[in-house]
Amino acid sequence: MLKCRTVWKKLAPLARASSTVCRQNVRRTGLTSRRIPACGPVAHMSTGPAGGGRENQLYILLVGAAGVGGALYTYRTVKGDSQRYQDRIDEISSRSYKRATAEPATSIKSESSVIPEPEPSLEPEAAPSLEPEAAPSQEPEAAPSPEEPSPPAPDAEVAAPETTELPPGGPAPDSLKVPSHTPYLLIGGGTASFAAARSIRARDPGAKVLIVTDESDPPYMRPPLSKELWFSDDPGVTETLRFKQWNGKERSIYFQPPSFYINAEELNSAENGGVAILTGKKVVHMDVRGNKIKLDDDTEISYDKCLIATGGVPRNLQVIERAGEEVMKKTTLFRKIEDFKSLDKVSRNVKSITIIGGGFLGSELACALGRRSTEYDLEVVQMFPEKGNMGKVLPEYLSNWTTEKVKSEGVKVISEALVKSVVCKDDKLEIKLKDGRLVKTDHIVAAVGLEPNVDLAKSAGLEVDSDFGGFRVNAELQARSNIWVAGDAACFYDIRLGRRRVEHHDHAVVSGRLAGENMTGANKPYWHQSMFWSDLGPDVGYEAIGIVDSSLPTVGVFAKATAKDTPKAATEKSGTGIRSESETEETATSPVASLTLAPTAEQNKDEYGKGVIFYLRDKVVVGIILWNVFNRMPIARKIIKDGEEHADLNEVAKLFNIHDD
Amino acid sequence: MSYCRQEGKDRIIFVTKEDHEAPSNAELIADDPNDPYEEQGLILPNGDINWNCPCLGGMASGPCGSQFKEAFSCFHYSKEEVKGSECIDNFRNMQECMQRYPELYPQEEDKESTQAEASSSSVSAAPTEGSALPPETDSTPGTSTSESAVSSDSTSLVDNQTAS
Repeated sequence: MLKCRTVWKKLAPLARASSTVCRQNVRRTGLTSRRIPACGPVAHMSTGPAGGGRENQLYILLVGAAGVGGALYTYRTVKGDSQRYQDRIDEISSRSYKRATAEPATSIKSESSVIPEPEPSLEPEAAPSLEPEAAPSQEPEAAPSPEEPSPPAPDAEVAAPETTELPPGGPAPDSLKVPSHTPYLLIGGGTASFAAARSIRARDPGAKVLIVTDESDPPYMRPPLSKELWFSDDPGVTETLRFKQWNGKERSIYFQPPSFYINAEELNSAENGGVAILTGKKVVHMDVRGNKIKLDDDTEISYDKCLIATGGVPRNLQVIERAGEEVMKKTTLFRKIEDFKSLDKVSRNVKSITIIGGGFLGSELACALGRRSTEYDLEVVQMFPEKGNMGKVLPEYLSNWTTEKVKSEGVKVISEALVKSVVCKDDKLEIKLKDGRLVKTDHIVAAVGLEPNVDLAKSAGLEVDSDFGGFRVNAELQARSNIWVAGDAACFYDIRLGRRRVEHHDHAVVSGRLAGENMTGANKPYWHQSMFWSDLGPDVGYEAIGIVDSSLPTVGVFAKATAKDTPKAATEKSGTGIRSESETEETATSPVASLTLAPTAEQNKDEYGKGVIFYLRDKVVVGIILWNVFNRMPIARKIIKDGEEHADLNEVAKLFNIHDD
Repeated sequence: MSYCRQEGKDRIIFVTKEDHEAPSNAELIADDPNDPYEEQGLILPNGDINWNCPCLGGMASGPCGSQFKEAFSCFHYSKEEVKGSECIDNFRNMQECMQRYPELYPQEEDKESTQAEASSSSVSAAPTEGSALPPETDSTPGTSTSESAVSSDSTSLVDNQTAS
């Protein structure tokens, strides 16, 4: 482009000359295919020396070449961008088509000519179930159906266009009579969805909320799956999914027991509304103009307001995907309850597990499994491309220190490891690294990131962010006037920190709650900064807020830690199990008989016992890590909210009183 | 004595307790209590109850949410000498509803019946309630101590809830 410009500059006078000449030529010869400045009423500048015929042609050639070059460059750039975008959309839609089964979708809502055929066969099965169900639910659509048995054909044809929710000739007679309309529809049954449901119910009295999830479990919290559940003493923990918090209080990972939710059939008739969940159903199509969605069993549900909280699916390494069935069978992509159950089982039965990935999930699982390694004679290996654990989050010195801690938990850490290939040999997996090292293991856990689930983007016509992934929404989490997105799948505009996408539990709670508020008319932007935390064994724990990226310049202020500064001590003191709880939920009313740990302070050899680390962007603090310093999150939040330039961060660090408890 | 070290782009400062004894001169911007963007505590600036307060857990949104809201609202706006004395029926409705969902609202019969009816018992519960509210709702402990009768009841229920 520059080249063109300089060339053009040089040729400018000639160009002007040639343009006049060209125009004359054009009029003479009738050629119009060249890129000539518009003929006619365009004021042209100087009239240079009009050259002879041959010079004319040379000028024309040069001008033409420059023009064509510029056009070609522009064309290629634009094409490349649109190609990249198209690739992404194609990849997404190919994923959704794979799952949108090969079953012939016998849609009931088809033309009436088709209806008389399936209807009669449906009747005997549907009728007995419909009648008892129709009585309590009394939906208007249900009314025609009990009449079906008597006059089949005419009524069927009349009823069919309305009774779109009849499942296609199903085996289960107690098939869910799904409401055909719901005021609030939440797609996805995770943390964000549940927080939104709670928010909606709190603000809109008698609200009727329908959650649709493709999982078979009601909403649950994810952090314990890689933390507390592994440290439970209960041998039946994989069934109960209950964990004892540090303070002795037990709770389930499910946000609410099943009795909290009402049945989907009863939703429309519930006097005070409620939250209904539809499990095992996937939303495959979204019609934004018609305000309705379609499930994988062809049921259609219309809505007034919709929240998309579809979260994401764990990423996998390409080398593993290409390695074949045998390798895939011995690989776990960890995210859901069933992954936890299967990994727990695997960990008891194999000799060696390798975790690929050095981020939060990988490190937490490594520490959890490392604890078991002594009990079960299990070798735990963790490998990642960075130099140390949490290499993308913690500054290098801290990442190295953390890696040593992880090693002391019984994990064999292999850093700077890039996986080149994985093969299955003699029922063992052989992982070959790019630098030639070979690791033999029985099972792999891949914790290499999350791919946000934007399957609905295509049918809904929603924008997908190309930088961060996920649905692009505004600061109020809105994608369209009646569609919001929250949680892992939302790429939102943070007024303070800019556009981002956050994959943490507290963010799911905060954004879900905000989306719920906005769905009930609040119009608040994302303002309350969410936090996250991680524990690496009982000695190292940290809470963080904002943008915590190790590529940013950091300033760390540290003090020596005493025995009182451990995650265990912190939670015991505040009486909460999960630190996020102390932020977002109420804290225990009775302070636990508080620990009086003897101040065996000074023997701590570690340099980075406790402290505060500030992450700076253009001299403004955009992220803070509280390292083994707890219950100070509000101060951190305030500092980020202010967004001020502080000359001396040591002064700012004083606000945290890191030397106190 | 504090000392400083630079590792590439990262700066590390080690400080002793004495170094941090002097009060900080870092300036923080004063908070606007009426900022519409901020998370509100239990009681909104206009005096209404914030049903979406995290401190309530799932009380206002569960199956007994409407009964809870009625009872608590009645109590909140009660101007009787014994606050909430006219709200007995509301509380009874709430209790009945909660008894239908023992899983969600684990029953501690004695504690509940006394606290629900006698607001005087709130005095003992008040300090625990005040500390129970999350740190960010700084504005509330002062204003809500009068509400503590019901909220402590509700918070103790929430406390015992298996999950919120």
